[in-house]
Amino acid sequence: MSGSALGEPRRLRLAVHKFASCDGCQLQILNLEDDLLWLSRRIEIAHFPEASSRSLEGPYDLALVEGSITTPRDAERIRRVREQTRTLITIGACATAGGIQALRNWADVEEWKRQVYPEPRWLEVLPTSTPISAHVRVDDEIHGCPVSKEQVLRVLARALLGTTPDLPGHSVCLECKRQGNVCVVVARGLPCMGPVTKAGCGALCPHLGRDCYGCFGPCDDPNPEALADHFQELGVEPADLVHRFRGITGNHPAFRRVGDRKGEGR
Amino acid sequence: MSERRTIEIATLARVEGEGALHLTVEGDRVIDLRLEIYEPPRFFEAFLRGRAASELADLVARICGICPVAYQMSTLHAVESIFQITLHPSVRALRRLYYCGEWIESHLLHMYFLAAPDYLGLDDGIAVARSHPGEVERGLRLRKLGNRIISLLGGRPVNPVGACIGGFSRTPTRAELGELAEQIVRARGEAEAALRFFASLPVPSRPQAIELVSLRHPSEYPMNEGRIVSSTGLDIEAAEFATAFSEHQVPHSTALHCRRMDGGRYLVGPLARLLQNSDRLSPAALAARESVAARLSSPDPYASVFARAIEVIYAFDEALRVIRAFEPPPAPAAEFTPRAGVGHGATEAPRGLLYVRVETDDRGYVSAIRIVPPTAQNQDCIEADLRELAPGVLALPHEEARRACEMAIRNYDPCISCSTHFLTLEIERRSPA
Repeated sequence: MSGSALGEPRRLRLAVHKFASCDGCQLQILNLEDDLLWLSRRIEIAHFPEASSRSLEGPYDLALVEGSITTPRDAERIRRVREQTRTLITIGACATAGGIQALRNWADVEEWKRQVYPEPRWLEVLPTSTPISAHVRVDDEIHGCPVSKEQVLRVLARALLGTTPDLPGHSVCLECKRQGNVCVVVARGLPCMGPVTKAGCGALCPHLGRDCYGCFGPCDDPNPEALADHFQELGVEPADLVHRFRGITGNHPAFRRVGDRKGEGR
Repeated sequence: MSERRTIEIATLARVEGEGALHLTVEGDRVIDLRLEIYEPPRFFEAFLRGRAASELADLVARICGICPVAYQMSTLHAVESIFQITLHPSVRALRRLYYCGEWIESHLLHMYFLAAPDYLGLDDGIAVARSHPGEVERGLRLRKLGNRIISLLGGRPVNPVGACIGGFSRTPTRAELGELAEQIVRARGEAEAALRFFASLPVPSRPQAIELVSLRHPSEYPMNEGRIVSSTGLDIEAAEFATAFSEHQVPHSTALHCRRMDGGRYLVGPLARLLQNSDRLSPAALAARESVAARLSSPDPYASVFARAIEVIYAFDEALRVIRAFEPPPAPAAEFTPRAGVGHGATEAPRGLLYVRVETDDRGYVSAIRIVPPTAQNQDCIEADLRELAPGVLALPHEEARRACEMAIRNYDPCISCSTHFLTLEIERRSPA
């Protein structure tokens, strides 16, 4: 993709941008402890304000974008980011689905402003929290809250090779079975979101003996309606059932549909 | 002289969150100084209403990717007080181990990636890694252990999933804890070497009179429990927080400022904690403190980096102590019955006191929640430091002025995502009328 046939390849210019988020996905880049130093020899960190005072002008080969769009100012900024970027990859639940702050999409944000701030008029926010893809073209997405650092490394390695990322689209159940965990839905009747949630975390929650809460968002071709019906049969209270789907990745269409149907008017 | 100049720093780097600094100067007098935080508000305190208390630990973790354990701990302790849960001593000890992991991880991130470049005149940790390869690798090795502690109890270091009401979802096995202890023993000496490295760097000094606020526990270095005390004599229960502190909104920030009732500013964080609790340190951490005693004789925000290094040593000692004394609890978590009430949680986040007030209904759903993060409490101190610093940096070239201001801000390791990120420094110079 870059570099000459024989000489030292040109370093990939990377930018990391933040929108409304907790910084956790960017931190996963810094959490690549063992790989960080060699990566920095192959990738030029051209813009990564959380990690570096140096900011180089675009354009950038690759941008990793964290966070969702919640303010008029950020809605403008993401357009400029897109213009400066060849390959734009969103990282995390906020950037790919709107994040936990997308719970405002079912609420009156004006009331929320009044609830949290004595002077709500000083705040300029949008009534919704939306994923990056709702504003600009996105080339790929890394899911998770936070993203798995192994997946970030895989995407960076693929970018260095100039090939397309190949992250899994199957459910947490496959990872869980491979680990030999006892199924918490079957054995304990817990409302585990594993059957409809994208793999990548390593089935952390069931491994610790608890139910998955869907922080990687829906897997490919999920059937969340059937799972919600099963939760109902397990005796999950209506409010809890809605919250199950209306959580960290609740604004993702596949989960939103179920949350809305089960919530009807809530 | 009718000079009017604007100096603008496009982004305050190496802090967590988005912000800007505006300085208006007339002659050499600072007319206006505003630390603008434009981190988009996410309204946690609004959307947590109506959620089950049992969901809170997973949800509040999302306030901050760097200190999720702190949000989980203050919130869970508040809920547990409502549900009248007494933690099993072994579970209580594991909560301490969990917090040790976060202090180690967060402090070392700050020390090596955010602060060290300042003292070496470099842009980032990667550049420090090139100029001081052994040092940054040491920092990374130590930090990884902090992440490993959190992961053992919580599955992963960012947004860990193990903590729940009454304890944890799973108790680690003796074998897992034993393996962790071995890794800590092997790395332990490196924590002292980290302090020696920072003590060898040209860290500025600017002592000042400031009220220090932290928890104080009868026998332990404070993490999850204790009374809120201050250097000027405040001594209250967490439940009395609102009698001593109040939050204010300013037009230029999406983070509320927290002040003493009389409007006074105060300092929370590793320095405040250390200066008020040195007698609770482990012997090795106390010896480490003695080695930099001259820098800790009076409150000096620049000495915070030493306080962090000392707390890293302490956290490793404490983690080892907990592991060695560990007896498995009868259950990973205590059973509970949801009930209505009001609960308060005050714990020591890496960046300082983190207060949470939770109100639940009789089915255990949240009817109200208030979260006061450490950075909200330190904002006034940051602004005051900048106001004092500003006249001295105005004559400096732009890059140096920016670096000086950013260093003063970074002393607090501000986590702006919590409170509500990058800084734009704008200095407006007006000619005297």
